[in-house]
Amino acid sequence: MDDDSNNSFESKKIVFVTVGTTSFDSLVKSVDTEQVKQELFKKGYTHLVIQMGRGSYIPKKSSGEEDGSSLVVDYFTFSSSIADYLKSSSLVISHAGSGSIFETLRLGKPLIVVVNEDLMDNHQSELAEELAERKHLFCGSPQSLYKVIQSMELESIIPYHPGDATPVAKLINRYLGFPSD
Amino acid sequence: MVEAVSVILVAVITTTLLLVRIIYVISQSSKPIRNTCTKHLSTLVVLGSGGHTAEMINLLSVMQTDRFSPRFYIAAVTDTMSLQKARVFETSLDDKGAKSTKFMQIYRSREVGQSYITSIGTTLFALCHALWLMVKIRPQVILCNGPGTCIPICTIAFIFKVLGIRWSYIFYVESIARVKRLSLSGLLLYKLHMADQLFVQWPHLQKQYPRAHYVGPLM
Repeated sequence: MDDDSNNSFESKKIVFVTVGTTSFDSLVKSVDTEQVKQELFKKGYTHLVIQMGRGSYIPKKSSGEEDGSSLVVDYFTFSSSIADYLKSSSLVISHAGSGSIFETLRLGKPLIVVVNEDLMDNHQSELAEELAERKHLFCGSPQSLYKVIQSMELESIIPYHPGDATPVAKLINRYLGFPSD
Repeated sequence: MVEAVSVILVAVITTTLLLVRIIYVISQSSKPIRNTCTKHLSTLVVLGSGGHTAEMINLLSVMQTDRFSPRFYIAAVTDTMSLQKARVFETSLDDKGAKSTKFMQIYRSREVGQSYITSIGTTLFALCHALWLMVKIRPQVILCNGPGTCIPICTIAFIFKVLGIRWSYIFYVESIARVKRLSLSGLLLYKLHMADQLFVQWPHLQKQYPRAHYVGPLM
């Protein structure tokens, strides 16, 4: 977070990319392509911040053109304040981990989930696809990311209402013979 | 000759009794208690990692914690974040029982990416560790939600039930990430009737596994 973030807050539109606790090089590579950066810039985003985790692919840093004709790009490996980055962003591009997905949805931020097709037991895509079908987020692969950005309409997003654990608590209480109240 | 016959006879009788007991335990599982005479039940919470832990804390935050005390938390040795989150949750509680809460770590049966052959040895080791922890805790209620960390614990709990050492009620909440298929842990607990109640967060799963309870998303 820069000190001048308050001054230029209105003009800043940050895209935050997060790969989580491991690595997801194919996502970082995809985000770092001219194609994707062009699409993001066309959509009016000004800054690209990448949390790259343990990945070995290092994206190109850029302070953008002076006339503001390209994205400002920055990256870091890990941070204890991911929540702050999420809050300050206008679009989140995330790996398919449920923690990251629901944290972003709760903040009401537009979200593109990119599924890691290299993972062995790829059950992660199930959740992203189900939530995409319910129009809470957009979902794609590293290869299709630029197309997802190109075709996404933020107006079509249906806000996600956080779930509720009380039905489980009620059933457990009833099962154990505790009085319901 | 007589000795051999009597040995075989004893073996047959023991196996039969054990089988009858196992069938009894399975048939008694998933039968609710009518009325609890106790005010509170000792509870073991098995924390998974990342998203699993977040879901479990969400569940605990809507439960009457005074009924589920004393509480014991177990997380994998390799998972440093989960117990930290549990500690934060416990300090946020306003009940006297929170002071007696204990936090413990368990060896995992299999790390991500570990080969299946070496995992036989580590699974046995994890089972022994689970046995040691379960002897110490002997919980009345076990709350778990995957991944594999809870399997050795639930196995020991089942053996305790069969041997009459302790009857624990096992509740398993399948992760919200599971939309179409149960996880391996969920499947094992479901198929072997080890969980008293198994909760799923998507309607499709309940259709596929009718004994599961559909509860909607926890997150």
